[in-house]
Amino acid sequence: MIHVTGLVKQFGPFVALRNLDFTVEAGEFVSLMGPNGAGKTTLLRILATLSRPTHGTISIAGHTLPKGADGARRQIGFLSHQPLLYGELSAEENLRFFARMYDVNGAERHIDALIDQVGLAERRHDRVRTFSRGMQQRLSIARVLLHDPRVVLLDEPFTGLDPDASDRLANTLRRLHDGQRAVVMSTHDLDRGLALSDRALLIARGRLAYTANRDELAASNFRETYSRVTGGE
Amino acid sequence: MSYFRKVFAIVSKDLTTELRSRDMLSSMGAFAVLVIFVFAFAFDLRVEKAGRLEAAPGVLWLVITFAGMLGLNRSMAIEFDRASFDGLRLAPVDRSAIFVGKALGNFLFMSAIEIILLPMFVAFFNLPFFKPLILLSIVLGTIGFAGVGTLLAAMSASTRLRDVLLPILLLPVALPALLAAVKCTAGALDDAPIILWGNWLGLLAAYDLGLVGLSVLTFEYIVED
Repeated sequence: MIHVTGLVKQFGPFVALRNLDFTVEAGEFVSLMGPNGAGKTTLLRILATLSRPTHGTISIAGHTLPKGADGARRQIGFLSHQPLLYGELSAEENLRFFARMYDVNGAERHIDALIDQVGLAERRHDRVRTFSRGMQQRLSIARVLLHDPRVVLLDEPFTGLDPDASDRLANTLRRLHDGQRAVVMSTHDLDRGLALSDRALLIARGRLAYTANRDELAASNFRETYSRVTGGE
Repeated sequence: MSYFRKVFAIVSKDLTTELRSRDMLSSMGAFAVLVIFVFAFAFDLRVEKAGRLEAAPGVLWLVITFAGMLGLNRSMAIEFDRASFDGLRLAPVDRSAIFVGKALGNFLFMSAIEIILLPMFVAFFNLPFFKPLILLSIVLGTIGFAGVGTLLAAMSASTRLRDVLLPILLLPVALPALLAAVKCTAGALDDAPIILWGNWLGLLAAYDLGLVGLSVLTFEYIVED
């Protein structure tokens, strides 16, 4: 579903990503781990078509970037640090607006179901700027799933959430693991990342430093490996 | 059809947002009214005197230009507040549709301010601004300003210096349109034969076609990370 070959991203003289190669198949849930500044967000933004790579080839759901970006965008749902929502619009209006942008068929029915799914039915008519961080995050999840994407990219989705909101989000993410989608999630929370994922990719200083299947490593060993690979960064 | 549905959705989203927050129209309106008062009392343009017909169109376009810049900055700022512009860029929408939607919204906001401005100009300057050719000049000038302004506002909005950067970028680029608009407004206000100022009207129309067309084509590269 996601094929990355020889990916390099430079910002002027600074090399953010160095020659990354990896594949994520349909039905796989992959965690992207690494210290701050390792390049996780840059990688996710490139996969989401928000940023262009300096070198390398990327294919998303059969669409090669950047030429096939439009086709790829129909298959990508991206949850960013920021909610990517309009504060003056209500929850429902935000979803209706993005449904139009994605040409979603039967949008109203789909919006009703998603708002129920993320537990915002009672606040559906309220403006997003009155929502807490957790509620905005839940509405963002609804925005991500609105067009039923086959590739879901999540950039540190647990940041800033209280334990209850984190648990609710983890349940929602578990439902994404339905065998149809490829999910890539960056996280600093090693335990949660490993619990949700089939595979963990460890990125350090822009390089893919380590790859491990969940079955291969117990969480404690992975923590040791993480510290060794990142040099305690 | 899908293209225009998306353009309409963007315009409608901007109008709804503005009708609720009133951030843009209130700041543009307050600025415009204040400047008209200052000019009206400073120059007393109600009284017949030399240079009045030449000064009034300049004052009109000065107010439109600076009020317009306030609106352009705010229009892009709402896209960056919650990074919602990334949400738009993620969608499978032709970048030119995003540009046309945003530019059309800016054109409507500027037009709303002009609808308030013109009666005030008639009242304060005692000049007949409600003439078809003056209205045509204002519409053409606003199209050019809003079109190029939207492109440059998108360029400056993601920078730390966006409030300072927009005037620096926009004023030199919009200068031909503003000059032509002032000349057209002055010619029509003075009831001068169109043969004397028709070239300026042609320049204004050509600017709209050329520069706004170029903005539609280049917007994709401007918003690329």
